[in-house]
Amino acid sequence: MQTVPFSPEQASSFARDVDALYGFLWALTIAIGTLLSLLILYFAVKYRRRSEDEIPRPVRASHRLEAIWVGVPFFVAMGIFVWGAGLYYRMYRPPEEAIDIYVVAKQWMWKFQHLDGHREINELHVPVGRKVKLTMTTEDVIHSLFVPAFRVKLDVVPGKYSTIWFEPTKAGRYHLFCAEYCGTSHSGMIGWIDVMEAPEYQAWLSGGAAGGSLAATGGKLFEQLACNTCHKSDGTGRGPALEGVYGKPVQLAGGQMIDADETYLRESITNPKAKVVAGYEAIMPTFQGQVSEEQLLQLLAYIRSLANAQGPARQTSTSGVQK
Amino acid sequence: MNIEVQKQPPRTNYLNATYGIKSWLLTKDHKRIALLYLASVTFFFALGGLFAVGIRLELLTPQGDMMQAETYNRVFTMHGVAMVFFFLIPAIPATLGNFLVPLMIGAKDLAFPKLNLLSWYIYNVGALFTLIAIVTGGVDTGWTFYTPYSTTYSNGNVLLTGVGIFITGFSSILTGLNFIVTIHTMRAPGLTWFRLPLFIWSNYAASLIMILGTPVIAITVLLLAAERIAHVGIFDPALGGDPVLFQHLFWFYSHPAVYIMVLPAMGVISELIANMTRKNIFGYRFVAFSSMAIAVFGFLVWGHHLFVSTQSVYAGLVFSFLSYAVAVPSAVKVFNWTATLYKSSISYNTPILYGFGFIGFFIIGGMTGLFLAALGVDVHVHDTYFVVAHFHYIMVGGTIMGYLGGLHYWWPKITGRMYSEGWARFAALVIFVGFNLTFFPQFLMGYMGMPRRYYAYPEEFQVLNVMSSAGASILGVGYLIPLVYFAWSMRYGPRATENPWGAFGLEWRTSSPPPTENFLETPKVTWEAYEFRPREEAEVIDITRH
Repeated sequence: MQTVPFSPEQASSFARDVDALYGFLWALTIAIGTLLSLLILYFAVKYRRRSEDEIPRPVRASHRLEAIWVGVPFFVAMGIFVWGAGLYYRMYRPPEEAIDIYVVAKQWMWKFQHLDGHREINELHVPVGRKVKLTMTTEDVIHSLFVPAFRVKLDVVPGKYSTIWFEPTKAGRYHLFCAEYCGTSHSGMIGWIDVMEAPEYQAWLSGGAAGGSLAATGGKLFEQLACNTCHKSDGTGRGPALEGVYGKPVQLAGGQMIDADETYLRESITNPKAKVVAGYEAIMPTFQGQVSEEQLLQLLAYIRSLANAQGPARQTSTSGVQK
Repeated sequence: MNIEVQKQPPRTNYLNATYGIKSWLLTKDHKRIALLYLASVTFFFALGGLFAVGIRLELLTPQGDMMQAETYNRVFTMHGVAMVFFFLIPAIPATLGNFLVPLMIGAKDLAFPKLNLLSWYIYNVGALFTLIAIVTGGVDTGWTFYTPYSTTYSNGNVLLTGVGIFITGFSSILTGLNFIVTIHTMRAPGLTWFRLPLFIWSNYAASLIMILGTPVIAITVLLLAAERIAHVGIFDPALGGDPVLFQHLFWFYSHPAVYIMVLPAMGVISELIANMTRKNIFGYRFVAFSSMAIAVFGFLVWGHHLFVSTQSVYAGLVFSFLSYAVAVPSAVKVFNWTATLYKSSISYNTPILYGFGFIGFFIIGGMTGLFLAALGVDVHVHDTYFVVAHFHYIMVGGTIMGYLGGLHYWWPKITGRMYSEGWARFAALVIFVGFNLTFFPQFLMGYMGMPRRYYAYPEEFQVLNVMSSAGASILGVGYLIPLVYFAWSMRYGPRATENPWGAFGLEWRTSSPPPTENFLETPKVTWEAYEFRPREEAEVIDITRH
């Protein structure tokens, strides 16, 4: 596959496809630009004014011509629309099976947490040929994670999680930029993605993470914050048991169902009264400001680790209705 | 603005009708107000240009060395604020539009002359607030004021700048209102809608956006202020707000605002092409309706600024589709302009050089818009220099070619003097070359991955940045040359006849400069738009076409 001039390395499974559309669009631009320039040049020479009082005969518009240059651009545009939309759909639909990495952005650094407990700043190690999914949030303003070599970018917005994925296809070291203006050192909020061959990645992983896995850290935090006094695993607490909750539908007090994804779980910690599970009272205090974004992610990793555990309350019903 | 009558037989025009500062500051004459606006927007163009010099100098080298990061952020923000709100948006409507709308439709003035003067004062009050904000330290949010940076984190003069933009918005609303009422009610007898010059159509379309869109930015700025002062929780997620909501509100105005800039420029180009080729615009009605289509569709595409903002994939698809829809009327205009040249009589005077320049910039700017509307490509180029290049081609390339082209074309009418044709052609060429050299490399560095608003950058982007800065210096010279020969022309330029181009249009059927009341007798229009006639015939001819 030819690479387009002035383009970054093609290091992800998206890169070629994005470059192909980009190259096509330049070809189209050059074709239309040349055609129009030649026409204008030809007319400009051929129909130059030959005498001062020359008045050319008026030409009537041709409706057929007008229809052609309304219609043809429309269909060409629709073609590009479909092409671009297909790519976008792929980029922004993370696959089920992927290496999960959590990202917290802040002025002006990128913090990465691996599930096994590895933590990195402004540098992210990933294996080649594996799908990687980033779940991202920020402690302050909006940032945007941008890896030119992967052709991926997504804003990181305070108060919610955004997810992006990629599959590196080539080992190497690639720029990581913040693309959304975020204040004084915006241009200093850059880092590297290290794409490693599988053996080196394994070696890097076994380099040892201080303090155990992300879920284990989250579990400790769960006890420290005394979450476990209400969210008892046997279902007798004042809050619902969290075993088997992650990623499953939950019925709310109002009767509607909601998927217990990262966004919902995050909201239930920072703003517990917003969406209360049916059968429970809204007595949980907010933890907004008491837990950092990184700790929130640790708690989520812990709750996630309970996803396949059997919760006492949940085995009674498949619809997720509590008590 | 002191045009002296030197050894000329005494005659009265709008420039020498009365004398003194007061006669200018209290004028209700749309032509004088146009000149007041011309002075104001030229000042802001120069100011915005100075900030651009700062940006291009800093970016000569990869490391941040000329100024502090904090300073750089303020410089690019104020470049954007000065250029967008105080130059590009009012540039054509408030100067050429103000001058020409009544003249082109055979009216004595705009419908509300006092409101017109008021709008200039409002503009200046807003400008004053913004200037105070700049002088007392500036603002560092980017001209887009994204929350929560602007509401919670920035320590710049966000409020003061916001107040300036809020106030100036009203001048835009008043101008739009004035144009719409004038065009509806004050057309000369016989001047039906489809006999209107295309400049009128495009200003009418832009006016619709001004009165429908500008209130939205006013509300958005108010919400921003409420959030920044009182933390009411509209945009702050910690208080239950949504920071992305701001982006929706901001672009609901600011995307159509691009059409406020470029539609009047398109109108100018239609006039330049028709009159410099003495040819009726090919597909007049299609060009007229395409302006209206752009104005309407322009309101439905704001979400394409949010493709990577975490808005839903579904919303992304809808906004991408609608963005392609707005591309069609733009393409229609270019094809019709080109077709107009066929079997025409092309004069190589300066105005048409700007016309060709506009078409060139518009093809590149418009086609690269297709790149950005393509969702999968936008993900990569969003917030990079590719976007910077694209919107400069459209907003700056397009608007300034229209603005300068129009200024040259109507200069004899405005001042009653000619300028140096040789210098003017030279300047047009310098601007065209300088502009392309400045902004074309930015497409390439953008695709290579250089993010916008970067004060320092990795070394691989340096070559292209140096090219861009070199181009900017050529462009700067290109902008200075007209300033010099226009100033010279005001005093020493040869006298212009009433219609030096052999052009069509009511504005050329009155003296140069026109009398205060524009026409000594209300003209009766019995001809179609751009129905060129031999010169002597044009004054008396009374032919209705069937």
